Order: sequence, then structure tokens, then C-alpha cells
Amino acid sequence: MELQRNAQAGTFESSDIMILIEPLKNKQGRKIEISSSVMLQYGDMLSELVNNILDKYEIENVHLIAKDKGALEPTIIARLETAITRALNQQKGTLL
Amino acid sequence: MKTKRRTMLYIPGNNPAMLQQGGIYGADSLLLDLEDAVALNEKDSARILVKNMLNSISYYNTEVCVRVNHLDTPFGIEDLETIVPLQPDAIRFPKTETVKELKKLIDIIESIENKHNLPHNKMTIHAMIETALGVQNVFEIAKFSKRVDAITIGGQDLTADMNIVNAKDGSGIDLARKMIVMAAKANNIDAIDTVFVDVNDEEGLRLETEYAKKIGFTGKAVINPRQIDIIHEVYTPTEAEIRRAFRIIKEFKKNKDAGIGVFAIDGKMVDAPVVARARHTLDLAEIKY
Amino acid sequence: MKNAINREIPNKIKYIGELEPFMGAWEKLKKGWMDEISVPPPNKAKLPHQKKICATLKEAILKTNPQNGMTLTYHHHLRNGDDILVKAISILAELGIKDITLASSSLNESHDALLRYLEDGTITKIWSSGIRGELGKAISKGILKNPVVIHSHGGRVRAIHTGKIKPDLTIIPAAAADEEGNATGAHGKSAFGSIGYARIDARYAKQVIVVTDNLVDYPCIPIGIRQNFVDYVVEVNSIGDPTKIASGTTRITKSPMDLRIAKLAADVIEHSGLFIEGFSFQVGAGGASLAVAKFIREKMKHKNIKGSFMLGGITSYCVEMLNEGLFKTLFDVQSFDAEVSHSLLNNKRHIEIPAALYANPFNCGCMTNKLDVVALGALEIDTDFNVNVITGSEGNIRGASGGHSDTASGAQLTVVVCPSFRGRIPIVTKKVHTVVTPGESVHVLVTERGICVNPQYPDLEKRLNKAGIKTKKIEELEKEVDEIVGTAKPINFTDKIVGLIEYRDGTIIDVIRQVAEF
Repeated sequence: MELQRNAQAGTFESSDIMILIEPLKNKQGRKIEISSSVMLQYGDMLSELVNNILDKYEIENVHLIAKDKGALEPTIIARLETAITRALNQQKGTLL
Repeated sequence: MKTKRRTMLYIPGNNPAMLQQGGIYGADSLLLDLEDAVALNEKDSARILVKNMLNSISYYNTEVCVRVNHLDTPFGIEDLETIVPLQPDAIRFPKTETVKELKKLIDIIESIENKHNLPHNKMTIHAMIETALGVQNVFEIAKFSKRVDAITIGGQDLTADMNIVNAKDGSGIDLARKMIVMAAKANNIDAIDTVFVDVNDEEGLRLETEYAKKIGFTGKAVINPRQIDIIHEVYTPTEAEIRRAFRIIKEFKKNKDAGIGVFAIDGKMVDAPVVARARHTLDLAEIKY
Repeated sequence: MKNAINREIPNKIKYIGELEPFMGAWEKLKKGWMDEISVPPPNKAKLPHQKKICATLKEAILKTNPQNGMTLTYHHHLRNGDDILVKAISILAELGIKDITLASSSLNESHDALLRYLEDGTITKIWSSGIRGELGKAISKGILKNPVVIHSHGGRVRAIHTGKIKPDLTIIPAAAADEEGNATGAHGKSAFGSIGYARIDARYAKQVIVVTDNLVDYPCIPIGIRQNFVDYVVEVNSIGDPTKIASGTTRITKSPMDLRIAKLAADVIEHSGLFIEGFSFQVGAGGASLAVAKFIREKMKHKNIKGSFMLGGITSYCVEMLNEGLFKTLFDVQSFDAEVSHSLLNNKRHIEIPAALYANPFNCGCMTNKLDVVALGALEIDTDFNVNVITGSEGNIRGASGGHSDTASGAQLTVVVCPSFRGRIPIVTKKVHTVVTPGESVHVLVTERGICVNPQYPDLEKRLNKAGIKTKKIEELEKEVDEIVGTAKPINFTDKIVGLIEYRDGTIIDVIRQVAEF
């Protein structure tokens, strides 16, 4: 799917993750930057998860920055889902 | 034995740290909040987070309720569409004022349940009374549906709705408290008292809880885990109360077998209401009889 | 070779010699008469009215005739506010002294500046109960050729008695001292309370320098360090930053999670059978461990129980309990805040004790042996109840052994309090990175997600269950945590050993390996 706009979700609090998304033009691919307070232990899992969710939404061209403070998997998935639906302009039931 | 609801702990719906730890504090019930605790531009974020947490975090044996936004807001319907299919133990509906809006809420919930092939009798509804109009209609609201199994009072909003200032002693909402309890008792459902906002005032919390217990509230909403133990202490019968209740039940059984309905212990008459109260005491103390 | 808890231990380390593998928490002490030799303390003499005062620290150090390969010992009562150790080492480095063995009772962030002296070969060996800050990181990455030795507070005294640590020089900062070297930590602008850890250094070092920023008229009382062991006295402007040495009072945590854990732990203690008139008690200085004291205090008042003594690191919270008559005595080896100094100075039931009396295993009974209940923290705990308090989640040295294994070994009830995971890092694991305290000396683990009793103590579990306290198997808790956080990728280590963990009796309980760079 084609991203419509810049979007973000999450916070810099402990146990949360901040996701920033910027649409890229066609064929530019995925540019993913991940930093985490638990990079050594969970960095690989985190990057796999980000790619899986992007696959799920069929997003191929994106610049995504993830700043993780030890978020658990359901939180990471939720923040990705929120940021992506916002970037797709598909967010529901919220003020912009 | 019914689910105990001595404490219902509010957890902000957009706070992962608190959502993941909600189950550990020993509260009887959790209130994952999509309403007042969430900023208007983070409603989607909180809703999606709560959905994911409900799907994967264990809250052990704690009752889990989700407070949704009112149907008059642009968020309420989407909250229900997302949360109802997950069937938490209960949905808490804010600012309930009339039977009409309660009916609308239940119709929406049941149509979502139909869509997902879910039963209509598993998830219950807690109606929150937060306005003068809601207080006036509370009996009808409590009576309207079997799904409503608790009425709760939102003290902050009610105080504001009634234009009461300087209300720390709670006298302004005292009638509302009692009407809500009465409506709940008349329909044999729970009545939950409002939060005590000053988390550092342990003595104030204890006094207010003692009062709530005295006028018939089943429990109290909680905004900080540190408040839980104090409220539980107030609602837990003392050893002397338990001993006496136990004795009453024992004597009652003995007398019942002999065909005697009313008898005396230590010169005090024991009849059906005294026995019922003794049972309630033992229930609260989690003692089998 | 493998030791009793199945950890691989080298047979020999070049500068230390043959290593003795850990055999069990009390196995070695059962003999009652220890084979290790007891090194005699030095014999020295001074002439009547001979002066000890030196104008500068450098002058004093020069008089001690420092040599390459010497051992400098030190105490850590100044905590994060210490200005003297870095100064002393820089003087030795300036004099061209190399290959120093540094044996400080602990090392922390105020010693970060020592890093360059590890790099340039001024310091080549380290003994300590704990290493935090930059030093810990650098050592974990292999900056030193020789592994550091991590000992317990009690083990340090034994290591000095038995000649494993041979102190040539000790420098003892004090908050007050007189011209003969009588010294205390209890008063002065840099007051730090008890000077308990430095007493063994004063007794055994060939040269003893007392440094103070508060030279008082003779005699300086109370006499923590005694003049008959002191060679030189130096007055300086400041021994450190008073706000980092000890300030204010220690407050109980407001973290709901720590309070929850502490409450559960207090319930466990209450129903352990040991919560009776005259019981003795020790807690840590912060977090959930200190918060246990809050709930025990309430329970003692409620049940009208009075305890015998509190031991170890003392906070103002302990002082309040002493003043309320809840305990009869405080035995203070280390004071954690400014309030404690006042009490130590003024209350005769608040008694300074040396580390030997506190926790040395090689004597006729240290005070930890008399402990009923201790509540301790953990960086990690495994399904065998082994506790790590020294290496962090990334494998770096960042903590302290302190009195952990000493008190665990001594107490009738050792309660470990910690969250089950912290910022996605599991605390309850299958295997801890580094064992400091053996599982057999831990009775019960209390976390926010469950209470686990060591299966070696089935009576305790029965007793708790009977009182309505639910327990679960530690393996179940570990599995639950693993499901919440997801299995972490293991940290990579090289074969190089950067640290040895000495158990209190001198045997080796574990080693720390170099963290692999990637």
C-alpha cells in the first residue's frame, strides 16, 4: 500500500516504543533504523517484527525509525499498527 | 460466591508500562481506560494498544473492564467495534443519563456480538453515573437490563455537573451516592464508589472508604495501586467479626435442623437478616461455611 | 574443573596460584579449624611525641616508600563522593610506580578517572566487593591482563587475614581525625557515619595514612580508627563531595511495583515462623529491599513485636525504627545517609562494627551468623535460586557482591526481592550470567508475579501455604516471564576470564568472561 503522509505513534517512556514513519517514493524500498535499550538481546527480534508488520500492510517504500525503551511485543505491534494506519490516513475514531 | 469488587483500579489506556503490570497489584478488578485518561488525538493509539494487551497479557484472575468513550463522541463506536469482539469481563459506559442511551449502547454491543457469533450473556455492563440527570434516572438505568451488573459514581464529573466548588468533604454528592447505592441494591447489583484523588492522603482515603462501606457501596475505584491495600483492609472483616459470623451460621444450622427460625446468641436475637449479614461477612473474608 | 554448582573454574590463575572450587555454602566452614595460615600484622614503633602530620598527601605517600608491585588498600565509605582514591593513585603514577594491586572495599562512579591508570599499567590487579561505572565496563571488555577478584564484605577480611591481599599501604579518608590518627566518619562536613570497612586495613597495612578535611584537637572521638595503627596524618581541604557521600534521609520508594513486592515479602516474613519477639533483621538501602522494612515496621507495631537488632548497611529508616523502640540495637558497618551519622554519634544503642565482626566467615561467629531474616535484591536469579548481583544484562560488571552472600549464608530466612523482569530484561532466568550467592542459601524469592520457595526448604513452603500465601514453582515463573518478554538473544563471551567471584570462604564460585565485541 502507498503511504500518504508522515506519522508517528508511541512515546519515549520506559516499556514503550516510538515509531516514526515517512513515506518514500516508489522503488526506494525500506529504510529502517532501530535503536533500543535492549538492542543486544532483542534487536534482531525487533527488526524481524517491524518487517513482518510492514509485510502485512504490504508497505514497500518507507523510512521507519523505531526508538525502543524495552517495549513488550504487544506494545511494539500496537505502535506499528497505529503509526502505519495513521500514515495511510486510515486511522479511525480519533482527532488528528 | 459473586465476584468481589472491593477495588477497581484505573489504568490509562495509552500507558504500556501500566497496562503490562495491571494484574500484579491484587486489585479485584481492572479498568482499562480509553476515556478521560487518553488525549483526544491518541484515542486510536490507546484503543489499538489495549486490544493488543488484552490479547496477550495475563491479568491472572482479576476481572478486566474497559471504559469506552461515550457514544456522543467520535470515538465511542470505534471503541466498541474494537473491544466487544475481545469480550473483556465488562464494558464500563461513562456518563449514563437515560435508559434510551443505555438501550442504544446495548443494541450496538449485541449487534457486534451477533456479527462475531458471540453470546449476549458473557460480558457485563457497568453504567457510570456522572451527571444530575443520570442520578435522577439511576433506578431505571440499574433495572433496565440483566447485563448491567454494577452502577458506579463518577464523583469528579458529577461535582462539576452540579457546579459545586470546594467539595472536598463530598457533602454535595452525598445524596447522589445514597441514591446510587439504593438503586443498585434494589436491583441486587454492585455499587462502586468514586475515586479518592489525593494519593498521598492515606488517612483521608481510609475515612472515605469507611463511609462508602457504611452507606452500602460494594467497593471503590482506585487511581493508584498504593490505595488498594487500604481499601481491602476496610472491606475485610476483623477477626472478631469473622468469629461471631461463624458462630451465628453454626447456631443457625443447628437450630434450623431442629425447626427453630429465630434464636438468641449472647442475649441478642438472631433472625434471617442477621444470618444474611453473617454470610456476607464470611464471603468477604473468603471463608467457606 | 567444575565446582559444586557446576560452573567451570580454571585450576590456576597466574598471579593468585591454585584455585579452590566452591564446595557448598557451609561445606568448608564445617571443619571449624581452618587450614589457611593467618598472616601476622606488622610490628611497628614510634618514638614519644614523634610527629605524624604531613603537609600534603604526596609527602605522606613519599614517606611510605612506595614500590612497584605494591598493594594499596582503601575503603568505600565515601561512596560516589570520593575525591581521595583518584588523587592517591595519580600521585603514585606521577612517582612512576607501576603494577599496583588496588584492593578497595568497593569501586564506583567516582573512580571513573582511574581508567587511564588501568590503561597505562599503573594499576594491574584489582580486588573489590563491587565495581560500577566506567571501570566495570572497561574491565568487562578485558582492559586488564589479570582477572579482578570480586569478594564479599566478609570475604575481604578473610582475604587480608590469610594473606591473599597483602596491604603495603592503606589510605583512610576520615570525616574527622586528630594529629595521632584517631579517626571517625561520624562527624565533620564530610561525615559518612560508620568507618567499619577500614578497620581491617588499619590493622594489617604496613603503612597507614589517615586523610581528613576536619583535623580536630586531640583526642578525636569516637575512635573508629585507632592511633596505634596509624603512621601518618594529612589534612586536606576536602575529602569529597558531601552531597554524594551522604545526604538527607533515605526515603522509601514510591514505585508501586517495588512496594507491591515489598508487601508480599513482608507477608512471607510474617508467616515464616521467625517473626517473633527478639528477631533480628537486615534490609538493603533502597528499592524493594528497603521497602520491606516499611511493612515489617507496620506489622511489628500492629502485633506489638519488638526485635533484637538490625544489621549491616544502616539507613535513616532503621534509625527511626530504633528510636521507636522496635529494635534494641543497630549494628552499623556502613551508614547510608546523613541522619545516620547523627544517630551513630549520639545514640549508644547505635553501634559501629568492623567488617570482621559483621561478616568474616573465618572467626568464631560473625553477626550475619546471628541473623534471623534478611531481604536482599538481585540483578538476576535462576531456577536453582543462584543470585547474580555483579554483572548486568549485557554481561558487564556493574554491581557489587557486598554483603549479599554473607547475609544469605547467615540468615535463617533469606528473602530475595526483585521484579520478575525489568524493561523487557528477564530477572528470573534459567541460568544467571554470574553466581555470587549460591541458591542453597536463598530460601524464598518474592516477585510481583509470584512467590517461589526453594524446594530445599519444604517446611517453609508448607507453613506459608497454610497461612494462605500462594506459592509457585520457580520453573513456572521463569516460563511465564519468558513468555511475556520473549527469549532474549544470549550475550556472547570470549574465553578470556576477566573476573573471579570468590565465595566468602575463599573458594571460587564463578568466573566472569570477557564480553565479545561485535
